[in-house]
Amino acid sequence: MSEQPASYDLENPSEPNFYKAQKGLKSWLFTVDHKRLGVMYLASVILFFFVAGFLAIALRTELLTPAQDFVSASTYNQLFTLHGAIMTFLFIIPATPGALGNFLLPLMLGAKDVAFPRLNLLSFWIYSAAAVMLLCTLVLGGLDTGWTFYTPYSTSTGTAAGLAALGVFVAGFSSILTGLNFVVTVHRMRAPGQTWDRMPLFVWAIYATAVIQILATPVLAITVLLVFIERFLGIGIFDPAMGGDPVLFQHFFWFYSHPAVYIMILPGFGIISEILTVHSRKHVFGYKAIALSSVAIAIISFLVWGHHLFVSGQSELVGVIFSFLTFAVAVPTAIKVFSWVATLYGGSIVYNTPMWYGLMFLWTFTIGGVTGLYLSTISVDVHLHDTYFVVAHFHYVMMGGLVIAFIGGVFHWWPKITGRFYHEASGKLGALLVFIGFNVTFGTQFFLGHQGMPRRYFAYLPEYTTMHQISTVGSYILASGLLIAGFSLAMAFRKSAPKAGSNPWGAVSLEWKTSSPPIEHNFHDTPHVTGSPYDFPEIDKSGRTH
Amino acid sequence: MSDSTHAAHTDGEHNPYVAHHFDNMGQQAGAAKLGMWLFLATELLMFSGLFLAYFICRMWYPDMVLGAHEYLSKTAGGINTCVLLFSSWTMAMAVRSAQVGKPGSKEDAAKIKKYLLLTLLCAGVFLVVKYFEYSAKFEHGMLPGKFYTAHLHGYEIEGLPHIFFGIYFIMTGLHGVHVLVGMGIMIWIYLRASRGEFSHQNYAGVENTGLYWHLVDLVWIFLFPLLYLVK
Repeated sequence: MSEQPASYDLENPSEPNFYKAQKGLKSWLFTVDHKRLGVMYLASVILFFFVAGFLAIALRTELLTPAQDFVSASTYNQLFTLHGAIMTFLFIIPATPGALGNFLLPLMLGAKDVAFPRLNLLSFWIYSAAAVMLLCTLVLGGLDTGWTFYTPYSTSTGTAAGLAALGVFVAGFSSILTGLNFVVTVHRMRAPGQTWDRMPLFVWAIYATAVIQILATPVLAITVLLVFIERFLGIGIFDPAMGGDPVLFQHFFWFYSHPAVYIMILPGFGIISEILTVHSRKHVFGYKAIALSSVAIAIISFLVWGHHLFVSGQSELVGVIFSFLTFAVAVPTAIKVFSWVATLYGGSIVYNTPMWYGLMFLWTFTIGGVTGLYLSTISVDVHLHDTYFVVAHFHYVMMGGLVIAFIGGVFHWWPKITGRFYHEASGKLGALLVFIGFNVTFGTQFFLGHQGMPRRYFAYLPEYTTMHQISTVGSYILASGLLIAGFSLAMAFRKSAPKAGSNPWGAVSLEWKTSSPPIEHNFHDTPHVTGSPYDFPEIDKSGRTH
Repeated sequence: MSDSTHAAHTDGEHNPYVAHHFDNMGQQAGAAKLGMWLFLATELLMFSGLFLAYFICRMWYPDMVLGAHEYLSKTAGGINTCVLLFSSWTMAMAVRSAQVGKPGSKEDAAKIKKYLLLTLLCAGVFLVVKYFEYSAKFEHGMLPGKFYTAHLHGYEIEGLPHIFFGIYFIMTGLHGVHVLVGMGIMIWIYLRASRGEFSHQNYAGVENTGLYWHLVDLVWIFLFPLLYLVK
């Protein structure tokens, strides 16, 4: 809850909004306004999501029949590698921090901007450079190593793995700088009265994410740099023929890339906390538990990388320890899911599009989380390792978790970003198709994997045909759902789209205390925070002391 | 941190160096310094990967590391260590001069510039020494990985010395890049000092350069014994 002088009219602000405050292409390319950078990130990540999604549809189409039909084996390798690399490094990792985080973090804190606006711009440029490098691999020989760049293949393949490694190295710097900027912003830029326990849960999630970005990404940077050097100088650190060890690469890579999974999913948790609370008109259940479980996940995430190496020949004792630590991640995660469900209980739930995505998330993410426990059990993992079960699991976590939350978040904050409403009916239709398509696509893959279908194969035995065809049909439904969701959002750009007003959801956090779209410096008067961001006016406080 | 003791808290009076989105210099300098410390943490983590690679190499091939390290020049490494340690002191003096400098005072700005020049000089000496070390290694074929040809020059090092030299070149090379970047930053700060930008009102830029330079120094302090003084 917060106070602002009533004199300033939020619905008809005297200052122009941030789109109109400055004009011309240059005012965008050299902007230091966090909101404009957020919008540019949003446009970029959506673009890459569609590029990588198109590659995925091509993959699924090839898998319609057991034999090879449309693409050659090596093209197939390139398709799934680029699908993974673009989705991971150009979409999921920058999506929520880069787009929604940039736009919302200073608004939610009541600040005029992030702590280092110019660094923020630099971070976007670096991201763009990395995107150009990764896309250049397409024309300069392709990339067929899988997004994980496992040695020794990545150091010996004839494709453009060197350039791709460099692209990932550069993308890492963008991620580090964004994380650094956000941590400092949260520490130093909070508005008066905005104490740590009054911050919206989205801020907590972005903060925990930023800490992982800072601590894990440098290790990825040095890892891919070593791959790059190994390719060109043949130093042999990862090459057993020269006295090195490829498993060392796997340790390096997963020391970053497992925490990176939480870089991807934690911001999604933050979005869900906001959506479920605001649209059920109830104070969030277990504020501190949700906030601190994000931090707990951030810490544990650094101690579980060995579960990617269960079959790589690490010692049994180490395997058991990593297995145990991996189970431990389930505890803070479950705390969140239970808190969200308890938040919904007895709330006045509004079934609009953001809420549909919020409820979908609870379903898909829980399946993704629980199947993770199968894979962290060593004896089961030996059977399921490198099968479609793993593919299904991480798509349930990444797409069923982050992507669904991200789309829900875009719908939720769309009125703030554009100033107008999306189209509700098509939004719901899109959400329904995404839900059905997603579960049909990836639900079947659990069974495929359990039956032994290995991942990354372009052809397969005839007994898997039915399941593969169901999965492919599901991917078409999913794609159409996503296109309809895009249509619903695009409807807000019509001249006749209904205006949203400053606070269409009746929310209490600070981003709704400025006009939609916000003015250039966010707030006309510095807001003063006096209470929790979830104390909705209609909550009966007579029986509580909050 | 000491920003609250040194920073002139100019709340109320106008400080031209405070950016629009900060309330006062204290907040701005605090943010800058926190950001720098976080950046240093990422630098340490990046080097930590290489240190890990070094330790694994040493664990697997202790005799080879012992044999190969004899070919690194302890004298050159020792000189460079002294040079960097001295440069840390000059850098610290540059920061101090900025912290106590009066705004607009030519004399104080000259002091900052003098210490920055000394630091730059040390960085230059370091790189020159490094250049002679590297050329000697190139001459004798003591190169990383597949380029290793020292055996053709008559050197018999037991085991797999190309891995040791691979790690040596990557670690000192990455450190050298950091020295170069540091020199670039110091030139930039020098130019800003010439414009009289730094004083007790505004010294975060000098201070952050100092923090960065101390890290470059610190990494070398670990590299020197690990690579040159194995025995």
